[in-house]
Amino acid sequence: MRLGTVTGKVWASAKDAQLNGFRLAILQPVDEQGTSLGSQLVAVDTIGTREGDLVAWVTGAEATFVGPGKQIPSDVTIVSLIDRLDHTTSP
Amino acid sequence: MELGRVEGTVVSTAKTGRLKGFKLLLVNLVGPDTTPTDNFVVAVDSVGAGYGEIVIVVRGSSARQVDQLTNVPTDTSIVAIVDAIELGGKTVFRKDRS
Repeated sequence: MRLGTVTGKVWASAKDAQLNGFRLAILQPVDEQGTSLGSQLVAVDTIGTREGDLVAWVTGAEATFVGPGKQIPSDVTIVSLIDRLDHTTSP
Repeated sequence: MELGRVEGTVVSTAKTGRLKGFKLLLVNLVGPDTTPTDNFVVAVDSVGAGYGEIVIVVRGSSARQVDQLTNVPTDTSIVAIVDAIELGGKTVFRKDRS
């Protein structure tokens, strides 16, 4: 899983039927300091995020698993809304 | 997933059997504000995308998760046609105004 910040939304009415009912978000991958890493992506949002939220997301084949027995054509899926990130550097 | 603009069709007669019957499109990947990156990909179209439309492209094995593409040798598929994009609270793209 990687960290990211939600920066926007995408609307698409014509889409693969398996994507129906899922929200789509624009996602900026970030590091643990919140610094942007690479270009922005379109993500399937399984939890209902808002702009500015820090989230965890999965990529690759794992992004297709969104529920028991359900797979969707996604390679970037937001799976967790992060409440707090405790980052302790070793002494 | 990535955003892209359909900028052409790919015509190919001699292709692997399982790709027969599928439309291949040339897609210029774009940023969230639809600025072209001039990185091009060839994608299998499963949603009937047309020239100039902004689409969502899925890569890797996820590209085969599309219903009709289960056994099709593709690693890049178009899975949606974008109507609108909102970025930083502002609408940066609307299909009916482009």
